[in-house]
Amino acid sequence: MQSNAALEYDYTIAKLFTYTTILFGFLGMLVGTLLAAQLAFPELNYLIGEYGTFSRLRPIHTNTVVFGFTVSGIFATWYYLGQRVLKVSMAESKFLMVVGKIHFWLYLVGALAATISILLGYSQSKEYAHYEWPFDIVIVIVWVLWGVSMMGLIGIRREKALYTSVWYYLACFLGIAMLYIFNNMAVPTYFATDGLGSILHSVSMYAGTNDALVQWWYGHNAVAFAFTVPIVGMSYYFLPKESGQAIYSYKLSLISFWGLMFVYLWAGSHHLLYSTVPDWMQTMGSAFSIVLILPSWGSAINMLLTLKGEWNQLADSPLIKFMVIASTFYMLSTIEGPIQAIKSVNSIAHFTDWIPGHVHDGVLGWVAFMIMASIFHMAPRMFKRELYSRKLVGIQFWLQTVAVVLYFTSMWVAGITQGMMWRAVDEYGNLMYSFIDTVTVLHPYYAIRALSGVMYLTGFILFAYNIIKTMTAGRELSEEPQFKTPMA
Amino acid sequence: MFFHWLEKNPFFFASGISIVISFAGLIEIVPNFAQASRPLVDMKPRTVLELAGKNVYKKDNCIACHSQLIRPFKSETDRYGAYSLSGEYAYDRPFLWGSKRTGPDLHRVGNYRTTDWHENHMLNPPAIVQGSIMPAYGHMFDNTADIETAYAEAVTVKNMFHTPYGPEFKTTRAAWDAHRPKVLEDAKKIAADMKDPRVKEAIAKGEVPEIVALIAYLNSLK
Repeated sequence: MQSNAALEYDYTIAKLFTYTTILFGFLGMLVGTLLAAQLAFPELNYLIGEYGTFSRLRPIHTNTVVFGFTVSGIFATWYYLGQRVLKVSMAESKFLMVVGKIHFWLYLVGALAATISILLGYSQSKEYAHYEWPFDIVIVIVWVLWGVSMMGLIGIRREKALYTSVWYYLACFLGIAMLYIFNNMAVPTYFATDGLGSILHSVSMYAGTNDALVQWWYGHNAVAFAFTVPIVGMSYYFLPKESGQAIYSYKLSLISFWGLMFVYLWAGSHHLLYSTVPDWMQTMGSAFSIVLILPSWGSAINMLLTLKGEWNQLADSPLIKFMVIASTFYMLSTIEGPIQAIKSVNSIAHFTDWIPGHVHDGVLGWVAFMIMASIFHMAPRMFKRELYSRKLVGIQFWLQTVAVVLYFTSMWVAGITQGMMWRAVDEYGNLMYSFIDTVTVLHPYYAIRALSGVMYLTGFILFAYNIIKTMTAGRELSEEPQFKTPMA
Repeated sequence: MFFHWLEKNPFFFASGISIVISFAGLIEIVPNFAQASRPLVDMKPRTVLELAGKNVYKKDNCIACHSQLIRPFKSETDRYGAYSLSGEYAYDRPFLWGSKRTGPDLHRVGNYRTTDWHENHMLNPPAIVQGSIMPAYGHMFDNTADIETAYAEAVTVKNMFHTPYGPEFKTTRAAWDAHRPKVLEDAKKIAADMKDPRVKEAIAKGEVPEIVALIAYLNSLK
């Protein structure tokens, strides 16, 4: 029988994942800032003995930010918005609550154990797929638990049509599952022999060029399905909710979604231009990267046009500011990527700092901004309190926006400088610079980048403080705010 | 309308996504497996000591700053040597091309650097290359390389992927005990060109420091 009473949504799991989003966000960015500083000031490599070198810490940074911060943010927002767009509460199913809790705790234990394993040097040495096989198994179980919980919620939904955000979360689940499993196929050597050597060690099932293809099919698309797909899903929910405006165009969201699904996967081989991968695959990677601009900009334009006639909100609401600039950085990043995938540009850009520059305008400017804005939106509703400080949100916004701009501009200059110096020849056709010349010249840019890291991290600490204060000291709300998030 | 129907049927929706995202992998990746990157003629797989060194390279994540892929440009072949060929990587599991050159490419470093150069360099890079921002890896002189795991790896790739290791590579502990002296022999040859007392001491005790295995691996990159 249909009841007309408003649903009381259960945010237990959403809150737990919000805490880990903040925890891993802080840790990941802290390590990232240290890494940036190490390149400018190498003495910082020796803070914690063999565990503190740039090389050992870099995967801690990347994995903590991807699988810690971002994935936590995906889970937190799913457990929040999943219920709301499907019109069903987690509390209605004991089974789903239990699955959700196991999902969280296994995730937390697995993430901590995997991080320690990397610090100790147990690594497959494949980028963003460093974890050795036992940790991979835990990750797969965690992922399946999320799947069970998501499908379960969809199974008992009241709203029959799946809202756009759900498409994206579903795609995130399916895409990552496929990519992660195939890329991590490995044989544990201990079990392939009579118990010789380390139990944690394994060898990849793919060799050489094949391994490279699989790895960058994974590496590129893990970015797609963790850093793009669910984040677009977030913006499709939180932007209309915060602004009170309906999404500009259903058709545009439809075209962008299916376009993104089809096109993204082809582009992985643009990481392997001029390598030993067959030429036609490289060309496919380049071509599809250009095509990728269409669905990416489709989503971003859909976001921006949602605010048509409502641009005054940009001045009024710091959360709208975050979301709009996130969509803008998304546009920047998705035009920059295809430019780098053009073969002649790539011959300069590849192996240089322009690449981390590109990654970070996407991740700092788009992914993290969208996740933080989502948490700002969710917190008053989950904790039934007003957001603690509007002023702090504003300070954080400007601090972090300037930080992102400093980051990518310094890395653009660094990358192109380095790429040009590597290939520069004198009048006789001899190389003009020894390698070390192309390193020392980068010092000022590395210092600027380290500064931008400190600024962004400071902004993140303000964010964490604001959320914690909201939980503990925000003014209590008697009823749930409908659109605009209330803040003191 | 088809899409409205699809959005009300999660199973078909999810199937739709799965089909659409599978295309690229099937068309772009699978064909390369049919060809399988074949090894160059007469190419030998790495020795157990070199494999142990490769695992040190993985453990300390050298790919964070060093590539092993020389692209077919004159500026690269002038700097690093002949451009890389697919067959050269046929036994590399995983591939270690890297994606960032904060330091130089290493695919042919064995052609132009020597054991004693590496020894001094790993202890204090800026002393050898002025202005270097590479950290020192002094701990590699204290840590012992895991040669047993490297042997297990060689046996595994021989049995699972037909990598051409000799008939003496077997899964048993007895086979490993028989092979171990050969690894120590290789390590001694490397250590003979080194000066650090820690290395001499470890080798005398029948242990292989990580740095010795790593240098054996770097020397094999040609």
